Amino acid sequence: MSAWTERIFCFMKKSNNYNLIGGAVICGLMLLLILIGQFYTPHDPNAIDGMNKLAAPSPAHLLGTDNLGRDIFSRVLVSLGTTFSIALCTVCIGAAAGVLIGGLTGYFGGPLDEILMRACDIVAAFPSILLALVFISLIGPGKYNVIITLGILFIPSFARITRSAFAGCKNQDYIKSARLMGAGGARLMLVHILPNTIPTLASAIAIGFNNAVLAEASMSYLGIGVQPPDASLGRMLSEAQSYLFKNPWYALSAGIPIVLLILGFSLLGDGLQRRGGSDASN
Amino acid sequence: MKYFFKKLTSLIITLFLISILAFLAFQIIPGDPAVSKLGTEATPERLEALREEMGLNRPVVVRYLIWLQEFLTGDMGTSYNYDLSVREMLGNRVPVTAALSLLSFFLIILISIPVGVLSSKNVDGLASRLTAVVNQVIMAVPPFFLGIFFTLIFGFIFQLFTPGIFVAYQESPGQFFVYLLFPALAIAIPKSAMAVKFLRGSISDELNRDYVRTAYSRGNTRTAVLYRHVLRNALIPVVTFLTMTLADIVASGIIIEQVFSIPGIGRLLLSSIGTRDYPIVQAIVVLLAFIVVLLNFITDLLYKYVDPRIKI
Amino acid sequence: MLQIETLHISFHKKLKISEAVRDISFSMGVGEILGLVGESGSGKTMTALAIAGLLRRRDITTSGRILFDGVDLLTVSRDVLRTYQGNKIGIIFQEPMTSLNPLMRVGRQVEESLRIHHGALSAAERRQRALKAMAAAELPEPAALFAKYPHELSGGMRQRVMIAAAIITRPALLIADEPTTALDVTIQAQILKLLQKLNREMGVGILFISHDLSVVRRLCHRVIVMEKGRIAEEGGVDEIFNAPRAEYTKRLIASIPQRRRI
Repeated sequence: MSAWTERIFCFMKKSNNYNLIGGAVICGLMLLLILIGQFYTPHDPNAIDGMNKLAAPSPAHLLGTDNLGRDIFSRVLVSLGTTFSIALCTVCIGAAAGVLIGGLTGYFGGPLDEILMRACDIVAAFPSILLALVFISLIGPGKYNVIITLGILFIPSFARITRSAFAGCKNQDYIKSARLMGAGGARLMLVHILPNTIPTLASAIAIGFNNAVLAEASMSYLGIGVQPPDASLGRMLSEAQSYLFKNPWYALSAGIPIVLLILGFSLLGDGLQRRGGSDASN
Repeated sequence: MKYFFKKLTSLIITLFLISILAFLAFQIIPGDPAVSKLGTEATPERLEALREEMGLNRPVVVRYLIWLQEFLTGDMGTSYNYDLSVREMLGNRVPVTAALSLLSFFLIILISIPVGVLSSKNVDGLASRLTAVVNQVIMAVPPFFLGIFFTLIFGFIFQLFTPGIFVAYQESPGQFFVYLLFPALAIAIPKSAMAVKFLRGSISDELNRDYVRTAYSRGNTRTAVLYRHVLRNALIPVVTFLTMTLADIVASGIIIEQVFSIPGIGRLLLSSIGTRDYPIVQAIVVLLAFIVVLLNFITDLLYKYVDPRIKI
Repeated sequence: MLQIETLHISFHKKLKISEAVRDISFSMGVGEILGLVGESGSGKTMTALAIAGLLRRRDITTSGRILFDGVDLLTVSRDVLRTYQGNKIGIIFQEPMTSLNPLMRVGRQVEESLRIHHGALSAAERRQRALKAMAAAELPEPAALFAKYPHELSGGMRQRVMIAAAIITRPALLIADEPTTALDVTIQAQILKLLQKLNREMGVGILFISHDLSVVRRLCHRVIVMEKGRIAEEGGVDEIFNAPRAEYTKRLIASIPQRRRI
């Protein structure tokens, strides 16, 4: 093989973390759109225009209009924001509580650890949609209820991951030597163990976003998530379904952003995991 | 054997816990079922009479045990909204959901194993890399969006089926199959992508092992190494993965039934939640939970027994 | 039988090139036991793998010639190379546990080379020959072992299985890459004796790779000492051990743990 083909081949190697790059690019793009959507939309997302229902895409309405004449593009921008903020809150709740619980039980161990982890295993074994439905059927639909439900549902997986990371680190030599030097529990956990679990946690958070977006979209589609007139991609998709024949762009415009968001986060999560893995071995 | 009993006890305990939680959730928390049934306008005497009749005045533990006994003997209560027993209402729907789930499962196996194996033949080749990329994208598509997309393409454009209706098995088995095929595909395709990723990872792990080098040293071709040695070893973790997926299939089915208007358990669950028909919700939730836990139990068993390295 | 001419092996890792073997040349006669000694990184394993045809990967470049019975194994097509692998050239590795397929029965692995190269044999004939090979490798009760899995055998027995699998086609050359390093000392001695016996009775040439000089001394007729990819010295075993010429060889010999107290 000539030197040149070797060079090119090296750049194309799998060792380049395409997942991370791709994920970052897609997420970056979406975040940009979300940010723009917070300050500016081409039209008022809730402006009803009876004359212009279900229009196909045009320069005035980039993605057409929905069944009430509202501009789809503006609605998509706003719903991206909604979906993202719900996912953010969900992940924050799940991660904060999960890391706390998982870290503490992972570090201290004992019978509480066993029980909690068993409980987490049982909860994790259930498809989250089922549990989400149960919760919602008890507390009712709505944006904040979705956040609470999903947040609570995400705690077990974060707890599990943190707990294994902490339990694993606990027995490492550098922890033992830190302890010998007099470091107390809290200090050990915060200063020594936690930084080392960050790569794994980062990946878990990205995957958490991934799952949160999917769950929120599913619930909004079913009508138990974000309620009208608030825009949500899932809800838009469900409305679009009735008009599928007349204006397919409505459904596509609602669905493709969901796919992009999920894709972005899952690539990011995979990429971070790869990176976290190789960092750990260093 | 010890492992089996350990897991069995775990299963039974979990099932009990689920039944207790479900009972608490749907009988106790939502409030007075008598009020739900009669409405807030009913007189206190009528409410009291109904409560007596429904046995609501007895202590919680007794109510739970009665419910449990009834449930296990097949009496799952009566719907609040319809005057039918829950059992009747579930009766026609369970086979439909079961058929959908099984069809999805078989489609996943049918799609993912060939794709996973064929794309691993030449790990650095174009087919392999392309598969990885396409896979990643497909995994990101929510099943319900795919369902809507199929409705558009195959329902409206190609007119292979009429969106919004459903054909029962009794009417026409052939059409029944067609009407289940697209929903099943909508569930199966994203899950297949996950399975393919898992399978490729498993195959790739195996290909890095020493015994593969030994196989090459004996003169095996790349294909022979893949099919004779690696495949069987790589499929073992995939078997347990697929069993876990079955639980996910049932859950995805709930949403897909909504997309395609399929008269299954999922749709009943959703409408019952909307109308606060708690006996139905409770029965379905418990049923689905039972199935999920059972599937996990089977997964745990398979995980240990399928690998000859593990001593029973 | 085997002639290596200016063999050069290098590999690329992320634009960096490291040279494992630099222009070495040596030869090996029929039925000879040749020891290839050196520390880790000396290139001995790479040389062995190159001869066994296991280095055809995109990130490895080889140049020079490896002539086996006059055929250059480095430039010959893959199909032709495969007719040598497992047939005229056999190889056993250091770790018998991981080198055997954990989910395939031992007997089937022993007969594998027959399946590939002597496809005309019936299943019964293959089994017969496999049992014979297992007996030749001094495995107790071959018939009973045939249906077992590798994890049911001890380390020494696994290595014997590897040997049986390698000799079943009566190869002219058996490459042994540190076959005793992972085994207990007593088992080591047995395996070495076995290899000697096979060499005497079957006439199979053995390319024995090791970093352990004392083992090499017991087994080999000739020795090649490698250091950092080059040949430091070569000669008959007595020559090398009693009258080493190269500095490196002397250092290696000096570092063998002695029986005498210090």
